[in-house]
Amino acid sequence: MENRPLISVEGLARRFGETGQPAVFEDIWFGVDKGEFCCLIGHSGCGKTTILNVLAGLDRPSGGAVIVDNREIDGPSLDRAVIFQGHALLPWMTVMGNIAFAVSSRWPNWDRARVRDHAMRFIELVGLAGAENKRPAQLSGGMKQRVGIARALSIQPKMLLMDEPFSALDALTRGMLQDEVLRICADTNQTVFMITHDVDEAILLADRIVLMTNGPGARIAEIVVNTMPKNERHRNDLHRHPQYYAIRNHLVEFLVNRSKAFDREVAEHGFDPRRPKLVKPGLMSMKLSAVNPPAEIVPLTTGRRQ
Amino acid sequence: MLKNSLRLRAGLLSVLIFVAIVGIWQVATMPTAASGPAMDPEYAKLVGAAAATGQKSAMPTPADIGATIWKHLADPFYIRGSNDKGIGIQLAYSLGRVLLGFGLAALVAIPLGFLIGMSPLVYRALDPFIQILKPVSPLAWMPLALYTIKDSAISSIFVIFICSIWPMLINTAFGVGSVRKEWLNVARTLEVGPFRTAFKVILPAAAPTIMTGMRISVGIAWLVIVAAEMLVGGTGIGYFVWNEWNNLSIANIVTAILLIGLVGLLLDQGLAYLAKLVTYPE
Ligand SMILES: Nc1ncnc2c1ncn2[C@@H]1O[C@H](COP(=O)(O)OP(=O)(O)OP(=O)(O)O)[C@@H](O)[C@H]1O
Ligand SMILES: [Mg+2]
Repeated sequence: MENRPLISVEGLARRFGETGQPAVFEDIWFGVDKGEFCCLIGHSGCGKTTILNVLAGLDRPSGGAVIVDNREIDGPSLDRAVIFQGHALLPWMTVMGNIAFAVSSRWPNWDRARVRDHAMRFIELVGLAGAENKRPAQLSGGMKQRVGIARALSIQPKMLLMDEPFSALDALTRGMLQDEVLRICADTNQTVFMITHDVDEAILLADRIVLMTNGPGARIAEIVVNTMPKNERHRNDLHRHPQYYAIRNHLVEFLVNRSKAFDREVAEHGFDPRRPKLVKPGLMSMKLSAVNPPAEIVPLTTGRRQ
Repeated sequence: MLKNSLRLRAGLLSVLIFVAIVGIWQVATMPTAASGPAMDPEYAKLVGAAAATGQKSAMPTPADIGATIWKHLADPFYIRGSNDKGIGIQLAYSLGRVLLGFGLAALVAIPLGFLIGMSPLVYRALDPFIQILKPVSPLAWMPLALYTIKDSAISSIFVIFICSIWPMLINTAFGVGSVRKEWLNVARTLEVGPFRTAFKVILPAAAPTIMTGMRISVGIAWLVIVAAEMLVGGTGIGYFVWNEWNNLSIANIVTAILLIGLVGLLLDQGLAYLAKLVTYPE
């Protein structure tokens, strides 16, 4: 096999219940490169959390494997920190307690003071200084989510797995946290795999966006390359970027129409599950407006409307 | 403000009910000149001649009870011979047995419940035994205990042990078995070992349920100890009640009933307080 990406998902399938049940997803192939921010988009129930659980080592696939750092994963690891869909804080511990629990799991030999110092650094990083002695029940939704983020970052993992970390938040808090996560990930050159429902969030954060069709038997339809350079993505004027609407329309078109009728596309155009098509809808728009047509344009697959 | 007035009115009503009960009691126990209604001869034999002929009711008046309670509370810890000990001593005997039996039961039930809650195999293997033994009245164990242990004091502790074990066992197993999966997943992703997971995640998560089980257990144990001591005799508040029945001292029995209730209340409140310490808001 050629040079593998840091995370390589190879032929993954998952069935629940007895054999013979249709798979939630099957023949899933994609990779996440080191330092890359990769988003997975798909409808509710298509199996995104299940994929993330397999990546985290919390669930075993029914078929295929996930290769991380050239080794097949066979269980959870401190190298892969998870930010859960619900924040999953331990309610009997304070903010400090929750993060210190993670830190002392990572470095069992550290003494108390060192664990606290380290935890405190990450509490400050997510802007929760002063709230370290509160219990999760005393925090707002956004604050809880931040504790979850701080806990994941505090163990300094090689990669971050995030399951819709911002979906339960109001727009303002979400925006703030997105900026924070983006900054932290850029500073530490984190490899990130994130699940989201939100198209704008994916465009803002992701370098590549993996599109998943509806289940059962969900597939990776294609992978959208976010051709908007990182330093040109700002939350407040994202919509002014010349590529923005082309990418956004492509994603929305997929979610609204193509995700449920992907079988027909496969029948018409063929489909190699091992090599999901890489598409760059952002560059198409550049070509249309005749600004520096780049050399390698991948044709925009046209969706059909019912 | 509103809450205060509710509390005030409830308190007032309680006092009123208390006064009414005492009043009715007083009227009903006033000595009557006329001979009472015909009595069941069996019963007459039991309560003795004085009451049967009806000169004075065997039932004491509230004032008698008050005097008796005062007498007991004034000197609760005297010992005058093996059959004449202060009510405080008797209560202390019972309390000691309950705490010992209950403590031993907790030592067995909580680790075992942990195992049952964690392992579906152990759960299935032990379930038939638990289902059959749980509904057995703890007093049914008494003859077996007396026969094998050959010591009445230890036998009553054993009976307390048996009756307190079930609620704690079942609640611990349930609490441990229903710890939220996402909390366990947090521990797994942090590569926390099994012992640390048990003490740092599962135990605190299940603690409120375990404490509820302990509260139920101590309540049952306090119910059972009175009956057990009536059976085995010797010492304890149950024996005291039975002894006073033989002496036909209703006032002493009523005093004992009130004190048993009071101690039961304190036990319950003590565990409720501990339970409050380990509950967490979600
Ligand atoms: N433990 C399980 N047992 C049986 N079926 C399951 C189990 N976990 C998930 N599923 C099924 O797998 C499918 C995918 O679930 P999953 O939670 O991965 O969806 P999702 O894409 O994350 O959805 P959402 O966006 O709503 O979070 C669902 O149809 C669900 O019913
Ligand atoms: Mg999900």
